[in-house]
Amino acid sequence: MENILQPWPWYVSGPCIAIIMFALLYFGRTFGMSSNLRTLCAIGGAGKHAEFFKFDWKSQRWNLVVVLGAIIGGFIAHNYLSNPINIDLSEATVTDLTTMGFTDVGQSLLPPELFSWDTVFSIKGILILVIGGFLVGFGTRYAGGCTSGHAITGLSSLQLPSLIAVIGFFLGGLIMIHLIFPILF
Amino acid sequence: MSKYIKFFVVGVFFGIVLVKSEAVSWYRIFEMFKFQSFHMYGIIGTAVGTGIILLLFSKMSRIKTTEGSSLKVPLKESGFTRYIIGGTIFGLGWALCGACPGPMYILIGTGISSIIIVIAAALLGTFVYGLIKDKLPH
Repeated sequence: MENILQPWPWYVSGPCIAIIMFALLYFGRTFGMSSNLRTLCAIGGAGKHAEFFKFDWKSQRWNLVVVLGAIIGGFIAHNYLSNPINIDLSEATVTDLTTMGFTDVGQSLLPPELFSWDTVFSIKGILILVIGGFLVGFGTRYAGGCTSGHAITGLSSLQLPSLIAVIGFFLGGLIMIHLIFPILF
Repeated sequence: MSKYIKFFVVGVFFGIVLVKSEAVSWYRIFEMFKFQSFHMYGIIGTAVGTGIILLLFSKMSRIKTTEGSSLKVPLKESGFTRYIIGGTIFGLGWALCGACPGPMYILIGTGISSIIIVIAAALLGTFVYGLIKDKLPH
């Protein structure tokens, strides 16, 4: 039990994610989290505005059930399966973030400098979350998948389009963290 | 209803794994793009490695899905432009808010209420893509 309460090492977590992908394939489905964004748009009536959302979203209900499970899994893991300890970040990361003005680095899952409601109610704070979320939603559909669909499923099945997409993920991530972030903080 | 239970169980396990691995943490994503820790590369690397082995194994043993069809991974259309541009746009957002679509949902469960704003913006992004899809190079 003590091992479960500690953070899980990468060599346990990675194979677990592969098992999740394989389980969904075994059930005749596929591992793709961003598809749910399209489904939710369709449920909200986006089909009235674009062909892209005119599909039988009811066939995607199973994936929304995965999402519901994931929310509850997050609740269980955070409240019942975790000792309250800091994230074991590298010293270099803590130093870099501290220099940029972040405090209590790694003492919670997400930095309050980005996700506390006080920050969200500032112009810069709301813009970061809205622009970040928008780019994720737009980019995943443009690329036809996200980390689960391309990085895990696509690379596991040795598909070239997914490799190109993952290279794009890193290109974007590196531009953001190394070029844009120093301007923001 | 019962046919959904297995998907619910998979989802719960997914949520637990991503929280316990800290892959839902903004800090871990920042650290990954700074190349300051092996942690995230270890997760993605062993996930893909295990995935390759599982898929090879299922191919060789001709495993059938629970629905009776042969187990297949859906193939992505061939192409370049949409994957590199779409991927880069996604990467920019992923690094900025530290959450890809899976963790966005999971973080609701961990009690981070402001993540709702990120999800709403992601829905808007998906909607706008649907509107202008035919005008974009793919």
